[in-house]
Amino acid sequence: MKFAVIVFPGSNCDIDMYHAVKDELGAEAEYVWHDAESLDTYDGILLPGGFSYGDYLRSGAVARFSNVMKEVVKAAEAGKPVLGVCNGFQILLEAGLLPGAMRRNDSLKFICRTVELKVENNETIFSSSYEKGEVINIPIAHGEGNYYCDEATLETLKANNQIVFTYNETNPNGSLENIAGIVNKKGNVLGMMPHPERAVDELLGGADGLKLFQSIVKQWREAHVVNA
Amino acid sequence: MYKVKVFVTLRESVLDPQGTVVKNSLHSMNYSEVSDVRIGKYMELTVEKSDRPVEEAVKEMCERLLANVVIEDYRFEIEEAVTQ
Repeated sequence: MKFAVIVFPGSNCDIDMYHAVKDELGAEAEYVWHDAESLDTYDGILLPGGFSYGDYLRSGAVARFSNVMKEVVKAAEAGKPVLGVCNGFQILLEAGLLPGAMRRNDSLKFICRTVELKVENNETIFSSSYEKGEVINIPIAHGEGNYYCDEATLETLKANNQIVFTYNETNPNGSLENIAGIVNKKGNVLGMMPHPERAVDELLGGADGLKLFQSIVKQWREAHVVNA
Repeated sequence: MYKVKVFVTLRESVLDPQGTVVKNSLHSMNYSEVSDVRIGKYMELTVEKSDRPVEEAVKEMCERLLANVVIEDYRFEIEEAVTQ
């Protein structure tokens, strides 16, 4: 399975993302610049964190119109796994691939620390290696992670089981219903504020994020490799 | 040529933490008459005349990029600029 790590001007978690899938997971990965014309040769798309285009106007607002995003939409429609972390999540929201929007943290502070997440739904291609209700430790690092959507959208998210991760007990940023990560209706696009790619090795303080990447590869192998 | 002023603010239904902090600060300065503060963005666009009505073009720019209509409201004012 071959991953594309999309690099926008201002991405700063692209190397961590590449390291997680290439070195820790042992999958193939390549950096893909934001003006790329095609993602056809990749099986999974990763949008890393950072401050694409300096977060000018709104987080993700400018990146959403970059050339490669047309291809990300195409990949999402084709059913390929698309993961957006932190700024990647913000870009997916701006692009309309996921519902809702991000507000500034209610504390108005940039928060950088490890938090507990609860796995609300382990029946997605991103979370199948976790137990339902499992509590995992994943770092967050953001100033705008305060998820918002209107009531009708929230009802839809719940009805379709689209809330994958919530902040466990303590809500760090004011996010609606403690939401930390959601998938689209089809289940192949995940956006999350916490950084699983920063939790892939015990040497770095924890490896709870690795199962997320393992889930993606497991599902892909079951679907694409004969006698997997 | 047109000068367009675009104002973007968080929707009424969306809590504005910055606005709340500023309101509390005004209250602490004894401006108790202030009941709400909303912080937003102000943008000035210079738009050349074209075949397309300027209102229609600016509305589309607001909807697509300048505001995120999930959480933000926008309004704009258009003035015809005097060319020299």
